[in-house]
Amino acid sequence: MADTYDLIVLGSGPGGYVAAIRAAQLGLKTAIVERESLGGICLNWGCIPTKALLRSAEIFHYMKHAKDYGLAADKISADISAVVQRSRGVAKQLNQGVTGLMKKNKITVHMGQGKLTAPGKLTVTGDGKAEELTAKHIIIATGARARDLPKLKADGKRVWTYRHAMTPPEMPTKLLVIGSGAIGIEFASFYNDMGADVTVVEMLDRIVPVEDADVSAFLEKAVKKQGMTVLTGAKIEAIAAGDSSVTATIKDKTGKAIEAEYSHVIVAIGIVPNVENLGLEDVGVEPDKRFHIKTDEYGRTNVDGIWAIGDVTAPPWLAHKASHEGVIVAEAIAQALGNGDVHPHPMDPNNIPGCTYCHPQIASVGLTEAKAKEAGYEVKVGMFPFIGNGKAIALGEQEGFTKTVFDAKTGELLGAHMIGAEVTEMIQGFTIGKTIETTEAELMHTVFPHPTISESMHESVLAAYGRALHI
Amino acid sequence: MSINIQMPALSPTMEEGTLAKWLVKEGDKVVSGDLLAEIETDKATMEFEAVDEGTIGKIMVAEGSQGVKVGTVIAVLIVDGEDAGAGPASQAEDPVPKAKAEPLETAPAPQAEPAPKADPVPARAQGDRIKASPLARRLADAKGIDLGSIAGSGPKGRIVKSDLEGAKEGVAKPATAPSAAAAKPAAAAAKPASAPVASAGQDFGIPHEAVKLSGMRKTIARRLTESKQQVPHIYLTVDIRLDRLLKLREELNAALTARGVKLSVNDLLIKALGVALMQVPECNVQFAGDTLLKFQRADISVAVSIPGGLITPIIPGADSQSVAAISIAMKDLAARAKDGKLKPDEYQGGTASLSNMGMFGIKQFEAVINPPQAMIMAIGAGEQRPYVVDGALQIATIMSATGSFDHRAIDGADGAKLMAAFKQLVENPLAMLT
Repeated sequence: MADTYDLIVLGSGPGGYVAAIRAAQLGLKTAIVERESLGGICLNWGCIPTKALLRSAEIFHYMKHAKDYGLAADKISADISAVVQRSRGVAKQLNQGVTGLMKKNKITVHMGQGKLTAPGKLTVTGDGKAEELTAKHIIIATGARARDLPKLKADGKRVWTYRHAMTPPEMPTKLLVIGSGAIGIEFASFYNDMGADVTVVEMLDRIVPVEDADVSAFLEKAVKKQGMTVLTGAKIEAIAAGDSSVTATIKDKTGKAIEAEYSHVIVAIGIVPNVENLGLEDVGVEPDKRFHIKTDEYGRTNVDGIWAIGDVTAPPWLAHKASHEGVIVAEAIAQALGNGDVHPHPMDPNNIPGCTYCHPQIASVGLTEAKAKEAGYEVKVGMFPFIGNGKAIALGEQEGFTKTVFDAKTGELLGAHMIGAEVTEMIQGFTIGKTIETTEAELMHTVFPHPTISESMHESVLAAYGRALHI
Repeated sequence: MSINIQMPALSPTMEEGTLAKWLVKEGDKVVSGDLLAEIETDKATMEFEAVDEGTIGKIMVAEGSQGVKVGTVIAVLIVDGEDAGAGPASQAEDPVPKAKAEPLETAPAPQAEPAPKADPVPARAQGDRIKASPLARRLADAKGIDLGSIAGSGPKGRIVKSDLEGAKEGVAKPATAPSAAAAKPAAAAAKPASAPVASAGQDFGIPHEAVKLSGMRKTIARRLTESKQQVPHIYLTVDIRLDRLLKLREELNAALTARGVKLSVNDLLIKALGVALMQVPECNVQFAGDTLLKFQRADISVAVSIPGGLITPIIPGADSQSVAAISIAMKDLAARAKDGKLKPDEYQGGTASLSNMGMFGIKQFEAVINPPQAMIMAIGAGEQRPYVVDGALQIATIMSATGSFDHRAIDGADGAKLMAAFKQLVENPLAMLT
């Protein structure tokens, strides 16, 4: 007799395990299926372990600049294997945390590869055994993986994806990073801080191309100052991996071909959703052109009882987007099963913040200035540099700014863009503002604590209306 | 010592009012009970009396100011022992700190949650807080949309930007409105919370006069819009033979002349509606979100036309009052309504309404329900019509009466029962007098 559940979640990343917990809270008999490690990529191979690595790089950076603060640190060095070990330890700790959360919420964990055999039915194959499970509802939360270069598959030796880059067998000396999105630029930053000679290649005309153009320009200047080579509007013409190095021919934006040899390459040109071997085609779930599963705003696929969340669905591909979708879908399922007390509300993609932990950090929410204009808004833009902020100067972190974009007609906060120290911890302020549909009036009326870098948020709002105080 | 005189809350739901007229001037001595000012609320003009004895030191809010929030300091009273002459100048600064401290203590009283028993509210009743995002409030203000008429899609029914996108705008707005609104956030914030139903209209270049809406007109506009948008109306019409009632009225009036009472047909219809509602309690109800209030008394709101609008004074317990008492009360209420002197508790409440347009020769009409009530009876003119009695054509005095019912609370069959009971009572009027 097959085990029967109200809900089975396929995949235990930040989308899947959060959906399972919320469903369990709502009284649903819930199971989760995971083929690798509880917590998924985010916790084991993504967000969290990279933050651990970057923290080491940051402290190393401070040690190298100890003199700036009146301190001395001689003969400093980095031990990459110890740094990686710490990062793995952090991932392990959190993985155990998720195991505990599943237990606490009485969620049954089935380890193995799940495959749909019919709506409401799936088999889980693991350890050579196969078990049959049935559920009234199934959530696909299988995530995504790194996209390979068409002609060069990452093998973990000289050609890496983020996953290899997280547990490097050796420290790269000369590193080529292909792609300057969040993943590419974070690893470029990490290895640059750790002492590698780093080149970043971006096909588009600026790095971190989803961010506001002012942020891209500022970051490019900052990382170049740190010694990074940045090639924008550039294309990989040819690339070949040998035993001890990778040779690449890069055509830069002027059309000039640059041929160079690198010790390692990190490929960070996007993701592909994990939709294979799930039995999706058998039950009739339709992917879009790029193989992401199509859903409505509540996560429903085209097949009744099958839902999807996170990286396997439409962008943005961010852990917190997946988690929030997990909550919405769990509530929608509880409602479908007759719970009248839950009222899921769809998420507005414009209110999902994005954080990039390069050095300096980037955080943003909502429309960029260019996108706002494209959408037909008449905008008011405020910009406040950290050099005008006392706390930033005291910290020696005066590199950065806060930029806000408002609808000139209504005062609606359309977007906020920050670069500099600790901005990833501050963007939630603007996100709350956007979620409750604030206008400039409430933001101006808010008392920001002194001395904090967050005062730059206030100032940038004031600046949009010509009222900045410290500039 | 000086005392701040604040804008009073003249009714439980009053949030602001118009300072229509000052009855005192700076330097006047007043004692408790003296009339200080006339305050116009959305429905009535009321006199505001002094509580303390002293001298009017300074008038802070000018006569004719609209949208004065409850709790706003409108004048400063200098209590004895001080030189009144020195008052205004030296006291001028005093009101400021006072004004900050005092409204905090006194303002919550009128704004506190309406007592659940006394003023049960449907999903969103008058005076209820409207949940809306700051952006939604600003957009509604700019577009002249009444937030009270919008259903919110955000958490717990909060009104958000997208809810306003499909909403009907208060006709076209002047081209300068949006930028003006954006440029003046302070002014926008200071605007009264009660949004006008519509912003400036389109005149198409036709010569016209623009008349500023009175508080009453704004309230009528808002409440009737609310009613038609939120309350599903059904209408049931009956023809009622009046001859016996007219005859009875003649006889009663002859007997009552000595007491100086002259019954109108309407007085008898008020009684009839009250009794009918008690006979058919399914119609003496109010739809209140997830509950239904079934009233044990029939308080009839009677529509009275007054200059600049309409008001509905109430005959409480119309079912149990004598018609003479109803008649006397109605005369007094109507007279004071025309002078704008009704007290809020005389026109707020009621379990059902009666609107009579017979005197204007209207044959039949459908009235808009007066929320949160669930029914209104619309009375047409009594007129001689060919009428079939016992299979033979006769001439009889007939009036058409149409009940409008809130279909959320009242089923058609129950509405029909009420109409039948009403007809029965009017056609056999002796029954309701006993």
